Parts: sequence; structure tokens; C-alpha cells
Amino acid sequence: MADHDSLEHRLAEQGISRRAFLKFCAAMASLMALPPGSAVAIAAALAKAKRPSVIWLSFQECTGCTESLTRSHSPTLESLIFDMISLDYHHTLQAASGFAAEKSRDDAMQAYYGKYLLLVDGSIPTKDGGVYSTIAGRSNLDLLHEAAKGAAAIVAVGTCAAFGGIPMAKPNPTGAVAVSDLIKDKPIINISGCPPIPAVITGVLAHYLTFGELPALDELGRPKAFYGETIHDHCYRRPFYDQGKFAKTFDDEGARNGWCLYELGCKGPTTHNACATTKWNGGAGFPIEAGHGCLGCSEPNFWDAGSFYAPLPAPSADVTTIAEVAAVTGAAAAVALSALDRAKKKRAQQAHEKLTVKDL
Amino acid sequence: MIINVEVADPYSVGNIAAILSEIASRLGTLADGGETSLIDLKSLPLSSGEYEHLRFTLGRGEVTASLDAIGMSEIVETQFSGVWWITHYNDQGDIVADLIEIATIPNILLSQPEDMRTGLALLHAIISRPASSHD
Repeated sequence: MADHDSLEHRLAEQGISRRAFLKFCAAMASLMALPPGSAVAIAAALAKAKRPSVIWLSFQECTGCTESLTRSHSPTLESLIFDMISLDYHHTLQAASGFAAEKSRDDAMQAYYGKYLLLVDGSIPTKDGGVYSTIAGRSNLDLLHEAAKGAAAIVAVGTCAAFGGIPMAKPNPTGAVAVSDLIKDKPIINISGCPPIPAVITGVLAHYLTFGELPALDELGRPKAFYGETIHDHCYRRPFYDQGKFAKTFDDEGARNGWCLYELGCKGPTTHNACATTKWNGGAGFPIEAGHGCLGCSEPNFWDAGSFYAPLPAPSADVTTIAEVAAVTGAAAAVALSALDRAKKKRAQQAHEKLTVKDL
Repeated sequence: MIINVEVADPYSVGNIAAILSEIASRLGTLADGGETSLIDLKSLPLSSGEYEHLRFTLGRGEVTASLDAIGMSEIVETQFSGVWWITHYNDQGDIVADLIEIATIPNILLSQPEDMRTGLALLHAIISRPASSHD
């Protein structure tokens, strides 16, 4: 008997062919940086996937993360992902309001206790009992602790939830902290960025749906598939850095020639994110392509890390290694650099082992 | 026939030769009766100059197919038989996957059993419909 709640059935009802679904899975595999041949396996897993309950709590935030997600550039594909989850509470997107809204959250938390996925955007103010941000008369602090108890895992969406973000910037008047500062007994995945790349949010959800587990994370709790390498690693202006060609002001000849923005304060070398490959606004580009350096928004304390326009204190640590490799092999520095990138990529791929929720 | 083309490419960071070697090695495997394989171009650090260079080098061969399923897809056999360039677009025309498939025929072109069964049911429904409704 056909399972009428299965994804396979729901897609068939919408007239989406198996071939279209395979194409979607190929896009998902590419998005999740999984081996491209895994599309067929993803299709098999997704077809059987149960629809998890998702509760989204918004705390001390600007709604930019939700804006990012809902304005993602491939709505048809991304909306497929949303057909695969049951978004039971999101106070910006849901139709319900007032007591009905709060009740739908409480009902979902009860019905799916221990199984739901908790998504959080925004930091949590802790000063003066958490009084600086409340919803329906309850503090964010209280709401988070309550919702975290029954969550299978927590996804901290955006730099505020992941690392405290702008609310935590000096002098941090509300005592804002990140989700991981408060919750210690649940797996937490940080999807940082101000806002995060929408495809990264959906990629993580797709991974969870496909494998029933969270992807491999870096030491800051971010998925390695997207945060494993720096903006600098994949920047199309990288060759100019290697050639020592730098823009000195925003309107000099170097800037017009599209040279490296390192001396104008670009934080690309120390920032881990996928902007340079995934890009923004329908693949139109990313900040460096628009002529402005990277602000480093996906790193902790980016707002307090000095001026956005002051060059990073020292050249990227890799440069010495590159010089050594070049000296040993006699290769041009750029080639050595590329070899290093490949070795690094391979390591990242090897490290792409999956962690189960249990392991975490 | 080999055509040597000089491409002045200040953007090259040396990835093209590596990709071509990889393709050659996999094509060799396939030609010897081995397995098919895929390369995800989106996962590779390519400058825009290098991307164009790769397109130019692989060229277009005898077969081009298009797929209309949640956006278009372009499936082109390159000038190297067995090496296919597959570009999936979404409804807005953005590239959502860009792949090189080394295969006798790309998997996405095969008719799927599920779709065949759906089509078969529809076909039976049409056959068993009373003649009066055919007018």
C-alpha cells in the first residue's frame, strides 16, 4: 500500500516526475557538497523520509535571516524542501496569531517531544532576567530553555544565534549570548552569516532529512561542507593576491582593474563561508564581486574585530607555507597555492564523514 | 584531429590541466568497460576565465538534449564521446547543478520506472474510456 504521506506520493500529486525529482536530488548533492553520484541514494532516502516537525523561534534579531531564506533564488527547488518539513511555528511566517499561535507551538512540542528540530535566529538577552526581549510576556531565555528540552537538535540560524552577533557587540547592553552559551546538552549546528546563505540553510535541512542526522561540523559547530574553506580560498580575485596586485583605494586603477581588496580591509582570508562559490542574489555575485571587501560576518565577534577597512594585521599564515612549498618543488607560487588548495579540499572531503545525532 | 588554441588567460590558477587529466582517467575506465562517474564543477575553484576555457576545450559533440523539469536542463555530449556536460537550471534560469558525466548515456535521460508506471496507468485509463467520450 502506498504511503500517502511519503514525499514520493506528494510529489506525484503535484505532477512532479521522478526524473524531475532526480534532478532536484542532483542539485541537492551539489549544494551539500556530497559526491555527485549520491543523487540516486539521496532520492531513495528522501522518498522514504518522514516529515519532521520544525519549530522556529526568533529572538533578538532583525528578521534578515528569514528574509534571506524566503527570498532564496531557487524557490521551486527550495519550496520542495519546505514540502518535506512541517513548519509548526514561525511567528513571522505563520497565519495564526495571539494565543492560537502560541498554542500551535505548545501542541507541536508536546506531540513531537524528543523529535522536533528547533531552529533559532537571534541572540538571547540574559541581563536583568532576560527582560529585554519577550514574546507573549515570556522571556526569550525561558522560551529557549523550554523548547530546547524536547528538541532532537538545534539549528542556530545566523551569526546572532550562532555567536551572539550584533546584539552581543560592545557594550552589549542586554547581556546577549549565543544559543550554545545556554544549551549544553543538545546537538547544536551553527549556520552563521549576517544573514546566512539561504542555500546553506536548506542544504542543512536537506542533509538532516536525507540522512536523519546532522552533517559533519567544524570546531565552531558549522557544517564543514559550507564553512570548510575561506572566502579567500575560492575568491576569483585570488590570482591578484598571489601576484601582489592590490587596490589601495576604492577608486584607484587597481580597484577599476578588479585587483585584490586585501589592503582595503577584506576579511576573506579569515572568513569561512561559501559566498565565493554559492554566491548571492540568484548567483549574481557576492560582496567582493561588487567591489567591497568581505566583512567576515560568519565569524564570531565580527562586529568588534576592528575596522572593516583596516587590513588584516598579517598576511594569511598560509603564505609562508606556500613559499616553502614553492621553494621545494620549484613550482610557481600560484601553482603551489593551487596544489595546497586541492590537498586541503581533499582533506575536507575525507573529513566529510557524517555524524549521527547520537554521536553529538 | 587536435586543434591547438592559444588562450591568453591571466586568470588561470592551473586547475584546467588537473580537471582534464581527471576526465581522461575516468573516460579510460569507462572505455575499458568500467563504471560511469560524475564531476561536480560547482565544487571546484574555477575562475570565470578557467570555466570558459574548460567549455571551449571540451567543446560540443554530436548530441544535445534538453530536459524540461522544474526548470530547463542542457545535456551536451562534448567533442569527446562519452564525456557529457550537464547543466541543470531552475525556473529562474539560475544554474543549480553543473556536472561532467562520464557515461555512455547520462542517467538523467533514462526513463524512470515510476514515471513509466504513471504513464501506463494513464494510457490504460484512456484505452478503457467509453467510445462516446472520444468525440
